[in-house]
Amino acid sequence: MKFYEVILMVSMFILVVSATLVAYRFIKGPTLADRIAALDLLSAHLIGIIALYAVFSEELLLMDAALILSLIGFLGTMSFAYFLIHKKE
Amino acid sequence: MMQEFISITSALLILTGAIFMLIASIGMIRLPDFFIRISVLTKASTIGLGFMLVGIALYFNHMSIFLKVTFMLVFIVLTSPVSAHIISKAASHIRIPFWEKTDLQDYLKADETPDDPKTKKSSYGGRKKNST
Repeated sequence: MKFYEVILMVSMFILVVSATLVAYRFIKGPTLADRIAALDLLSAHLIGIIALYAVFSEELLLMDAALILSLIGFLGTMSFAYFLIHKKE
Repeated sequence: MMQEFISITSALLILTGAIFMLIASIGMIRLPDFFIRISVLTKASTIGLGFMLVGIALYFNHMSIFLKVTFMLVFIVLTSPVSAHIISKAASHIRIPFWEKTDLQDYLKADETPDDPKTKKSSYGGRKKNST
């Protein structure tokens, strides 16, 4: 069980570092489309972090939050892309 | 014995998924162009999250978690390529500049032979030849 917790800590660390890298692209990104792509990737990282935290704290309800977030992320991306097309006529 | 085998397998699956997501975010930093960077997006969502969620479902070994993870996997595999395609289509529509080493021959040829012969418009954003 000790080995399992060490692996979980390492994967949580990896996920947080990669979310930081994506957030750097979200801040720097030269165009608006880069920022939307980074936001989509950030929502995927957030789902992973929440699911890992559900394993840490043994709370089964947190998987519901991850499920809802996976639905919301797709809607957000689609609406931002629609906004990108119809921004200037 | 069986319990240890399940926990080791699930730990390895979770670690594999996390490493895939790290590779994807390094690609998000390092790749030169928006249209090349968009290819990273689906890999992180489908492969990385897929491995992680399967590992978590193995660890919990509970019916409701298994159902939720199955639904999440099906939904992610369905929607992630669609959203990447929609973003790249919108970016092509508002003419985001390409990387200078990208070979644009097929793209410009698709622009010259329009899809819709009545309106003389192609569905590829209508980019002019000299405005790369």
